[in-house]
Amino acid sequence: MSGVPSIRSREIKIVQNIPISKTLKFWEGLKKGKVYATKCVKCGKLHFPPSADCSECLSSEMDWIELSSEAEIETFTHVVVRPASFQQHKPYTVAIGKLKEGVKVLAWLTGFKMSEIRVGMKAKLVAKTTLEGNLTYEFVPL
Amino acid sequence: MRKVAIIGVGHSKFGNRNDVNVAELTFEAVKPSLEDAGITAKDVEFMALGSAGAGAWCEELIPAVVAAEYCGLKKPGLVRCEAACASGSAAFFTAYSAIASGQAEIAMALGVEKMKEVDTPTAMEWIGRAGYYLWEFHNFGLTFPAYYALYANAHMAKFGTTEEDLALVAVKNHKYGAMNPVAHFQKQITVDDVLSSTVIASPLKLFDCCPITDGSASVILASEEKVKELGIDTPVWVAGIGYSSGTANMSKRPDYVGLDASVKAAQMAYKKAKVTPDQIEFATVHDCFTIAEIMAYEDIGFCKKGEGAKLIREGQTEIGGKIPVNMDGGLKAKGHPIGTTGCSMIYEVTKQLREEAIEKSRQVPLKNYIGLAHNVGGTGHYCYVTILRR
Repeated sequence: MSGVPSIRSREIKIVQNIPISKTLKFWEGLKKGKVYATKCVKCGKLHFPPSADCSECLSSEMDWIELSSEAEIETFTHVVVRPASFQQHKPYTVAIGKLKEGVKVLAWLTGFKMSEIRVGMKAKLVAKTTLEGNLTYEFVPL
Repeated sequence: MRKVAIIGVGHSKFGNRNDVNVAELTFEAVKPSLEDAGITAKDVEFMALGSAGAGAWCEELIPAVVAAEYCGLKKPGLVRCEAACASGSAAFFTAYSAIASGQAEIAMALGVEKMKEVDTPTAMEWIGRAGYYLWEFHNFGLTFPAYYALYANAHMAKFGTTEEDLALVAVKNHKYGAMNPVAHFQKQITVDDVLSSTVIASPLKLFDCCPITDGSASVILASEEKVKELGIDTPVWVAGIGYSSGTANMSKRPDYVGLDASVKAAQMAYKKAKVTPDQIEFATVHDCFTIAEIMAYEDIGFCKKGEGAKLIREGQTEIGGKIPVNMDGGLKAKGHPIGTTGCSMIYEVTKQLREEAIEKSRQVPLKNYIGLAHNVGGTGHYCYVTILRR
């Protein structure tokens, strides 16, 4: 870097295998076009992102609930300068939307012109498989 | 609980420090802090080191051990504290607690971060992961500016805060940074410079963002008995430390116009220090992004919610105003070596309380001698508020 004397560290590549056994229904649901949350059988708390254990009452008995799709956008940003692992993507818009069940979702917002995006506008939450094969979900126009 | 005082502080030059490795960088802060306290390295019984990313953006995974050996500490108790961008304050709290609880007489809080040994996209990647990787980074690639941009857009929509208001924060902090010889940037800027700079994550532009910085800061604390024994002439007392935290997922926050962790940490600090916000004479607040400083004014009670922009517009947070904020240039101009920032804030508040601000032009006039340091980790994931008095 800028000609200052330095030596290069040894190189490692870091990839972690993240277990999803306990939320498998969620990931499989995305493949089928559904977005699931979990609901605590004991106290009724709805969890999104889906959680196998209830942070409210610490019960581990959960039902899987399919979420509705209409969301009100609470905030957003257009991410121009991207991190290392997103360098291959064009700039993207991230938004947080609130569903009628009361839970909020953070996801990419696509299909809108930048000038149309407003706090308070409506969008639809949909499940998606990316071109790279990743399972995800995003907000799109109603 | 015993009374605890700050008896010595040291600070490295902040900036692109590829002339030194991480151990050498800690030495630049540790040595002057020991000299300031009038003690030797062997007197330090316990050292807590704040670092969020050592092992990721620099090569040493256990920097507390490396720094202790390099700086000649003689086998003290050691721990590394991680509280993201509040790691330095977490280290300060740990060192404070060791003394307050009676377990040590002299302890050190050392902040160090060496961020520029990796390229910028890699540094952005590590900081972007400082939330909930699985649910909010893996598929969505949020960056640190993007997290705060979510707050900026919501704050602007709710309260009419403008991009010009945000720019005023950057202009103020660069003004004072230009008077601080250890700051990363020592250059004044204009509102137009900010508004015309490149967009990083809308509405935040390059000059709304703190830089990626290398730096180290060291704080030495001692018990009241030790202060007397050493004959310290200007001890700065820890009046109260408040702390809180926020949800890992941004989607679980009730709103995006303030940081609940800041509100709770500040209230706890005021209560412990037995002071009210209007008794605070100056502060260092966590201005990693310009919107963060405006939210901090509101969250820690320098003004009502939604009136932060008014405070900066009126110049109330400059010297001569109601509550001078970030007279060292803040994270914005001084730089934000993540795990160092908390200790750097304590350094600045201590120097101000001793009326030793290196450049007199940025010395705050004092009557009550009470200052506050507000240090947020992540995006309101952690918060520590520390009140000091002479």
